[in-house]
Amino acid sequence: MKFFDISVSELHQKLVDKELTVTELVSQTLDQIEADQKVLNDFITINRTDALSKAKEIDEKGIDPDNIWAGIPIAVKDNIITKGLKTTAASKMLGNFTPIYDATVVERLQAHDVIIIGKTNMDEFAMGGSTETSFFGDTHNPWDHTKVPGGSSGGSATTVSAGNSIAALGSDTGGSIRQPASYTGIVGVKPTYGRISRYGLIAFGSSLDQIGPMTRSVEDNAALLNIIAGLDERDLTSSDKEVPDFASKIGKDIKGMKIGLPKEYLGEGIDEAVKAVIQEAVQVLTDLGAVVEEISLPRSNYGVAAYYIIGSSEASSNLQRFDGIRYGYRADDVKSLEDVYVKTRSEGFGDEVKRRIMLGTYSLSAGSYDAYFKKAAQVRTLIINDFNQVFENYDLIIGPTAPTPAYAIGAEVDDPTTMYMNDILTIPVNLAGLPAMSLPAGFVDGMPVGLQIIAKPFDEETMYQAGAAFEKATDFHQKHPEMEDK
Amino acid sequence: MTTENNITKADVAHVASLAKLKFNDNELEKFTGQIEDIIDMVNTLNEVDTDNVKPTFNVTDQFNRMREDVAVRSGDKEALLANAPDTENGFIRVPAILDESEEA
Amino acid sequence: MNFKTTIGLEVHIELKTNSKIFSPSPVEFGDQPNANTNVIDWGYPGVLPQTNKGVVEAGMMAAKALHANITKTQHFDRKNYFYPDNPKAYQVTQADTPIGTDGWIEIEVEGKKKKVGIAEMHIEEDAGKNTHNPNGYSYVDLNRQGTPLIEIVSKPDIESPDEAYAYLEALRQRIQFTGISDVKMEEGSMRVDVNISIRPIGSEQYGTKAELKNINSFNFVRKGLAFEEKRQQKILLAGGEVRPETRRYDEASGETILMRVKEGADDYRYFPEPDLPSITISDEWIKDVEAKMPEMPGKRRARYVNELGVTDYDAMVLTQTKEMSDFFEAAINYGADAKLTANYLMGDVNAYLNDQKMDLQDTKITPENLANMVKMISDETISSKIAKKVFKAITQGEEPTAWVKAKGLVQLSDPAVLTPIIVKTVDDNEQSVADFKNGKDRAVGFLVGQIMKQTKGQANPKVVNQILMKELNSR
Ligand SMILES: [Mg+2]
Ligand SMILES: [Zn+2]
Repeated sequence: MKFFDISVSELHQKLVDKELTVTELVSQTLDQIEADQKVLNDFITINRTDALSKAKEIDEKGIDPDNIWAGIPIAVKDNIITKGLKTTAASKMLGNFTPIYDATVVERLQAHDVIIIGKTNMDEFAMGGSTETSFFGDTHNPWDHTKVPGGSSGGSATTVSAGNSIAALGSDTGGSIRQPASYTGIVGVKPTYGRISRYGLIAFGSSLDQIGPMTRSVEDNAALLNIIAGLDERDLTSSDKEVPDFASKIGKDIKGMKIGLPKEYLGEGIDEAVKAVIQEAVQVLTDLGAVVEEISLPRSNYGVAAYYIIGSSEASSNLQRFDGIRYGYRADDVKSLEDVYVKTRSEGFGDEVKRRIMLGTYSLSAGSYDAYFKKAAQVRTLIINDFNQVFENYDLIIGPTAPTPAYAIGAEVDDPTTMYMNDILTIPVNLAGLPAMSLPAGFVDGMPVGLQIIAKPFDEETMYQAGAAFEKATDFHQKHPEMEDK
Repeated sequence: MTTENNITKADVAHVASLAKLKFNDNELEKFTGQIEDIIDMVNTLNEVDTDNVKPTFNVTDQFNRMREDVAVRSGDKEALLANAPDTENGFIRVPAILDESEEA
Repeated sequence: MNFKTTIGLEVHIELKTNSKIFSPSPVEFGDQPNANTNVIDWGYPGVLPQTNKGVVEAGMMAAKALHANITKTQHFDRKNYFYPDNPKAYQVTQADTPIGTDGWIEIEVEGKKKKVGIAEMHIEEDAGKNTHNPNGYSYVDLNRQGTPLIEIVSKPDIESPDEAYAYLEALRQRIQFTGISDVKMEEGSMRVDVNISIRPIGSEQYGTKAELKNINSFNFVRKGLAFEEKRQQKILLAGGEVRPETRRYDEASGETILMRVKEGADDYRYFPEPDLPSITISDEWIKDVEAKMPEMPGKRRARYVNELGVTDYDAMVLTQTKEMSDFFEAAINYGADAKLTANYLMGDVNAYLNDQKMDLQDTKITPENLANMVKMISDETISSKIAKKVFKAITQGEEPTAWVKAKGLVQLSDPAVLTPIIVKTVDDNEQSVADFKNGKDRAVGFLVGQIMKQTKGQANPKVVNQILMKELNSR
């Protein structure tokens, strides 16, 4: 049962009406995931046995009609810690790592009887934009198997795009939910920094990382955020702001809504065809009554540079714990303690991870801190100021999610600076901690293109409102990849 | 402060030693080139005037979040040890530590 | 050539909170290896630190006790280095915004008082423990990982090993009075690293420092520094150069021994800990903490002298440790005479502690029992001679009033009981009466001895004397 034309609430109704048991739902989901795994390679671990036994439990218990997530199987990115279920962050370093605790989001899913169907492929430690840096091989875009699905949440994006999972969790440090959502034609949301606990998310850039939902529809997306958001005592950076019903504004019109379109987001380096898609999207929003005006985010072009320093610096420190001593991979034939460290880390990490560790270590090292780390943190302040200024007069900011559609596998993997520029439109959002969404807005040469909607901190509701209005006025989300003979 | 100085292979090797990574000569060559490219890109930050700008290290809306001083025993000792690559009698085992200048 | 010595001390103090600084694991010692650990202590992927409010408050108390300014807005920083007992390969500490700055304590060396400055103090996490085994392996126990520490860094005001010793004594005393730590070097709850340099008198520039690590007692600190002073002098006098070295003190030889020469500064790549929000300390919060803080020794001393009539010297001895001072105050609260209690604490109690090599809180002596004994001495229920026996009993945990009664040791002071015994004794010793009349004072002593014998030592000597003299004079 492909999940192309069904919402979570419709699926829930089928379970309530006993048109379908949870066991049937889960086993069909597992079957279709397994059937496509060879082609897509979107999962690192498929949780068959455990998912089926959970399904049986829920069938026996009965479906709570007030909990639309009861018995719904979802996929979880493999950098989110699951107790008793292998969690690798797509790295050799954690290739056989079975955690002994659950991430807060996982606990919250389980509290809602959500069934974790498996752990999705990703760029190693979420470092990358193409899911090509995974130790477990690259993931293929369901729309064209020769193309990347984007990254780092490429596996989560792919299973949803292929209709094999109704929803998935990803994580977004510089665009890792939104960019693959754009490349695979689904809805991906990075919530406000602090909206969702990071406890149990394997850290990459601690001041940038957020977990977020990836779904086929805006409504499903808000519904998933509803059950995972909110204060967590185990993450002191998680916000104590009250969690609203994120879907509360869905269906309301957007007449008079003020939307800024940064001229920098349609500038140099952005594919002309992508620009055209966005111009059409602007027209759709205008037709719906929104007021779209050109604005400027003058420092946004420096986002990539600031991001690579800050993210890599934090990562260099966060990834030091992978040392072969307490868990995870330890190199063979280690004769000295220095061997344990150096051999384990040199063998356990892939090239992209090493590059970021090197860059980060360099940025923080004596004599570089002021010129790099501190400088980047100052530029970050200015980027935040730019957003604040715009949000004084606008409800939302829109633009493309990525400068291009998905590109060919292998095209950029050894050209880090070009690859890094793919995140130019998503990165400023992470630097400022804002909520943002990517949703299907059109196609270029048969490949999906995403529209990015950026909102004020903790104003996900308005973002969902506009996203839903756009979705309702267009049919891009109804298109899906033909998986046969690709 | 100027940041235009080029990154040498020796710099990269030094940073690798801080990060407990080791590269062979080919890798070192490749990484030096790539990191140089990245640093060139990063040096565009020098175009931005940041005089008197406070750095942002964190975008959480929280402050003064703390835990009450209450102890909780995890009971996870065995599970933790089971995940460690090498243990003995409840200890984690590593090849002998030669440099005993501990930190704190 | 004469030299001036400059000594700096970095003191790490373990706080006795219930839980660790960034994880809820208990702070407890002597457990099985790794028994007091959780995923946070092991630096598991995905875990985050959770700051213990009790540690921040303990840090505020330390700052107050050391006359330091409390930093209003603070954050934590990461200090990055690889070591097997350092699970995240970074220590969460305060590099930028230490909890306290610019404090001081007063020391006294050979009657001369001096203020020693404290540059700063910061709160941070302790590492685990590595045990080295000659079999080619080291063993890691993470029980200590995350134990809260305060690191206190002195200003370069200390100019002799004796001053360093006095500084450590004063520091330990003040911290002990806050109650935030046991401050025991032998148990590792106080750890001292020192650095020392010398320079020719008149020279502006500090000499090259040598660092001494992991010293086990204040006395070894003093001896190690004295040795190091001489070692450096010898080098300079011979025209050599002192190298920047880490050395350790060897207890057997009394010498310092090279551990390693420092080549360039370590590169810890400090940066602000992104996993923790900043902490702002309000004046109200400081007031709350001050209200919870025990009285410092100086205030206690003044109170003992002014309100309790204890001598300056006694007050100083009583406030040497918080245990002694608290014990003294508790005994007074049970109604015991302050001066007499002080005498017993400084005399018999201290002698007992020295003899048993015990701390007051580890004995069976309670403030209530000591107070009851002192009260019996005051109201002459027992003699000071009997009190020796009673003291022995209270070291065994006996309640003195009941014990004295049970043993029949109550002093005989009633003249109606004593007079017939005395009269009979005098009657029986005509020779002594004659000696007394001839001016031989020894006779009185002999007679008292006889009376005491007959009363099994329980007669009140004062009363006996009175009646006896009257009786003798009447003959
Ligand atoms: Mg320190
Ligand atoms: Zn320290």
